[in-house]
Amino acid sequence: MSWTGNILRVDLAAGTCTSEPTNMEWAHDYMGQRGLATKYLVEETDPKVDPLSPDNKMIFATGPLTGTIAPTSGRWSVVCKGPLTGAIACSNSGGFFGAELKNAGWDMVIFEGRSASPVYLDITNDQAELKDASDLWGKSVWDTETALRDRRGDPDVRVASIGLAGENGALYAAIVNDMDRAAGRSGVGAVMGSKQLKAVVVRGTLGVTVNDPMALMKTSNAAKELLAEHAVTGTGLPTHGTQVLMNVINEVGALPTRNGHDVQFDGAHDISAEAMAEVRESDGQANLVSNHACFGCPISCARRSKIDPTHFTVKDKPQYQIVSGGLEYEAAWALGAANGVKDLDALTYANFVCNEQGLDPISLGSTIGAAMDLYGSGAISQEDTGGVALEFGNTEAFVAMVEATARGEGFGKELGQGSRRLCEKYGHPEFSMTVKSQEFPAYDPRGIQGMGLTYATSNRGACHLRSYTVASEVLGIPEKTDPLVTEGKAGLVKAFQDATAAVDSSGTCVFTTFALSGEEIAPMVDAACEGDWSVERFVEVGERIWNMERQYNIAAGFTAADDTLPERLLKDAAKTGPAEGSVNRLDEMLPEYYELRGWDASGVPSAETLGRLGL
Amino acid sequence: MHYVIAGAGPAAVAAAEHLRELDGDAGVTLIGVQSQPPYSRMAIPYYLTGKVGEEGTYLRRTEDHYEKIGIDLMCGEVVSVEPGTHQVVLADGQQVSYDKLLLATGAEPIIPPVPGMDDPRVQQCWHLEDAKRIIELAKPGARAVQVGAGFIGCIILESWVLREVNLTVLEMGPRMVPRMLGDKAGSLLQSWCESKGVKVHTGVRVSAIESSEEELQVVLDNGEICPADVVIVSTGVKPRLDYLGGSGITIDQGIVIDEHMQTSVPDVYAAGDCAQGLDFSTGKTAVHAVQPTATEHGRVAAANMVGANNLPYKGSLNMNVLDTLGLITCSFGAWEGVDGGDYGELYNPENFQYINLQFKDDVLVGANSVGYHQHLGVLRGLIETRMPLGPWKDKLKDNPVLLADAYVGVNQAALQKAQ
Amino acid sequence: MHKALVMKADACTGCHQCEMMCSYGKVGAFNPAKSVMDITIFDGGAVNVPSTCTQCEDAWCMVVCPVQAITCNPATGAKEVSAEACVGCKVCSIACPFGAINYDPDSGVVSKCDLCKGEPMCVEACPTTALAYVAQDSTGYERMRHNALLAAGL
Repeated sequence: MSWTGNILRVDLAAGTCTSEPTNMEWAHDYMGQRGLATKYLVEETDPKVDPLSPDNKMIFATGPLTGTIAPTSGRWSVVCKGPLTGAIACSNSGGFFGAELKNAGWDMVIFEGRSASPVYLDITNDQAELKDASDLWGKSVWDTETALRDRRGDPDVRVASIGLAGENGALYAAIVNDMDRAAGRSGVGAVMGSKQLKAVVVRGTLGVTVNDPMALMKTSNAAKELLAEHAVTGTGLPTHGTQVLMNVINEVGALPTRNGHDVQFDGAHDISAEAMAEVRESDGQANLVSNHACFGCPISCARRSKIDPTHFTVKDKPQYQIVSGGLEYEAAWALGAANGVKDLDALTYANFVCNEQGLDPISLGSTIGAAMDLYGSGAISQEDTGGVALEFGNTEAFVAMVEATARGEGFGKELGQGSRRLCEKYGHPEFSMTVKSQEFPAYDPRGIQGMGLTYATSNRGACHLRSYTVASEVLGIPEKTDPLVTEGKAGLVKAFQDATAAVDSSGTCVFTTFALSGEEIAPMVDAACEGDWSVERFVEVGERIWNMERQYNIAAGFTAADDTLPERLLKDAAKTGPAEGSVNRLDEMLPEYYELRGWDASGVPSAETLGRLGL
Repeated sequence: MHYVIAGAGPAAVAAAEHLRELDGDAGVTLIGVQSQPPYSRMAIPYYLTGKVGEEGTYLRRTEDHYEKIGIDLMCGEVVSVEPGTHQVVLADGQQVSYDKLLLATGAEPIIPPVPGMDDPRVQQCWHLEDAKRIIELAKPGARAVQVGAGFIGCIILESWVLREVNLTVLEMGPRMVPRMLGDKAGSLLQSWCESKGVKVHTGVRVSAIESSEEELQVVLDNGEICPADVVIVSTGVKPRLDYLGGSGITIDQGIVIDEHMQTSVPDVYAAGDCAQGLDFSTGKTAVHAVQPTATEHGRVAAANMVGANNLPYKGSLNMNVLDTLGLITCSFGAWEGVDGGDYGELYNPENFQYINLQFKDDVLVGANSVGYHQHLGVLRGLIETRMPLGPWKDKLKDNPVLLADAYVGVNQAALQKAQ
Repeated sequence: MHKALVMKADACTGCHQCEMMCSYGKVGAFNPAKSVMDITIFDGGAVNVPSTCTQCEDAWCMVVCPVQAITCNPATGAKEVSAEACVGCKVCSIACPFGAINYDPDSGVVSKCDLCKGEPMCVEACPTTALAYVAQDSTGYERMRHNALLAAGL
């Protein structure tokens, strides 16, 4: 129970949908969602597979707590080999789609092969069918979702789909569900597009049953209380969203600005949570309309925003003059600070476009930032950009690039390949703010040392959501560590990585971990699931998953040489702020990290470690 | 004060109970034709499928319900009404005096005027007794011909299919349930029935039923013959009015009543299937032989009988919901549309889904749906409150399936305005 | 004086915890499709409106039921459906002008809010103040009821 025990296998080449039992032995070893789906991928595919070939598989996965009363139970993940990185990709999304999939009776959907023509998967409980999507191909996420809802004649269906970016093979294309929640990173949308799978529409009315409902209610209520009382989850996130961080991180001197040239942004306030809530002079309204919750979430961090209808980005474009998914911190940073752009409504528009056409705003913003760097250095000119003066801080130029990338037009096609490929093409690989080809997010490792190790060792390429040491180094959760020292960070990163892998496999949101730890989450899994889920086991599952992902990457061809950071972070010291004069001292942390992990000096898990974890 | 109610159906019982609530001291007498406790015709289809036993069809569930609340139940058939002397006469000659009288004698089935209807293998489906006989006749494998695919005809289909009879349905109208569903909805329902193995012929009339010892032959006006072991006739109902001759009470399609449910004769009221009352949608009078109208009529009549005609009735909204072999259809108000009106339509034949919303300006006036069962009541809410839909009208025209959202949205807007 | 379930749209975040607990109370599984508390989401979540039966006095559903399957619980004032008595005729589902009683094809009977015998699970689950179970004479309830009637033109 709490696993549905059913996996839907969709052979896109053959056009068939078949049901098979979930491998419960694996479920007990890898929990669900990220862990279990990765286990299936590892077992069923060659790690050297071309991510965009039919031989790559793509798995939509729920966790054991998805769809239950546990707080933040709306999570689901997409797992495949990532086309941006060539590494394991696992992108996690919220909204309502995941819970609907679970309610339809599925732990996971495994997509294999490639369809000869565009299709969508139509699921109603145990009925699943591939249907023709020729008429949907070329449509945005928003239009696809609306069209499928109409076609199904059911207002309660949930849709996950790709927009033009995924169709066109932009390497950081996202899969978007519920109009503006996304499995955003690592290009899972490009994999979906390569399979000619436009969308998955699902309606589930079977319900989710758990092992011990009373115990789950009790543990969930205790967790909810902690979430409500905590300053971050009870006040900060509901009120300001993740954007609460913009001014904080800027002050810490860890806001990567203008493609990493600076660590503080003079326009930070203009694009902050506080600015979103300010009433605009132009139309007397604030950018921020309200907050909103994903399924089962008491935190409610999501933003609803509306752009000033007279703003140049949306004037005469009624489809954008709506209330829709507003800026989260990472998007506001990537689209704004990384490019030196501080026009809040322009960033909101760019965010809408990312949702509409299915793009990861982090990689998009960072790649445009890299292009601006190339432009500024003279490596590219208006001839390359289609006549756009791609200077840092040029809002119009930025917006033009966002639109071009979303549609795969002109220079946008090159931007869609990500910053590493772009910078290499134009002879400046050092301009690419990436690790393992994935753009790093909104925390500068010169100002927050632990995030350097986080990025360098993240299995899916640079990412903050693999070990969010910002919690400790800036917010003091669970206890404050100094962001400028490296001592102890290896242990911190390992602990965060393992715990996060476990949370990501449970069906709940990593944001709960500001207030909760395994001490609260494991008992919820224990109540919901068969078997004995102690805190120790919970964390061990996380460690097992981390090592499994590492093994996959090694088999895919990654080595210790890939556990590094862009040169700029290692050599060019921060110019301002508390971290002035600092570079990231990865070399002080990495060897210790390998050792703590039980890996050899070349970053390969030892036989003993693998044996201990049953790998 | 002595209130007498002729009839023992839903309108009668609703009225009797409400009279009792409003006037604790008065005598209330309910005169029913049948000997068993008042039962519900709405429940007969479920009696036929075996979902409930006979007791499950009773309007009230406690055994001594009427006795306990002081309502006298009389068994008898009212054969005449004498307003001059304030009394009704029963078939056995008994006379019952009233101070105020409610006529809630319901409807009776229409028997098609064709030869052969008197064969015992030809069966109506109206009374509980009919249902019992049908259960005996409908043996697995029997060839059954159902004449009429109206509301009752459709709602009892499931019981035939469950009894594994070989069923053919004949409907005189151009589609199934022609008085409740439009063309697209009616044909969706037909293809649904056919997909469940029921043969359906529309636009055909029965000209005779010929019987031999072995079988019945249903002869159609196009010359075709349908052999049958049993024939069920469900060709509609009409108000029961035959006892009103000489009473001076005005009769049209039914007993004509005013906005206080009073007939043309003082102290005599009418309610339910026999009454021709105010129609909410048209402002004219009509017979709405449906359960919601019956109970509303009964309660409003009771209030006016006690309160000296002080509760004007806004009129009944014609509405119906029908479950035919699992496909749920419904109709509300002016589902055929109104002059100068406008509509929104959803038509997904492959999913057996259909919604048609009829508007007058930005107010919903009628609706049909097929394949939906959630929040249907909001259609009534939107129609009866005549709530202006504002921006929701266009949204509904684009996507009628958003009707529950529209209802909540319109209400929410009204609430905010009120605050 | 009965207590009433008061629903406040401006405090609702659309998290559906109430729907999960409601369905658990109704069918023993977390299954929003079976919840009789409904969250309607507008503008992609900028406005979230919880709604369910407000237990009207002379409830349309109760009055119209042909087999007395819907009765008033004197302890709570809730109109409760007897699954044994309900034949599934759906007349109540078209008679209720609020759309607050609905047929469930899986069970063959209708379902509606019954206030969980006086301990509404949705209220328990709500992480905000959007749902409360309070005395009817509290100002919030009176205002809501008044406005609802006003809005409905009754």
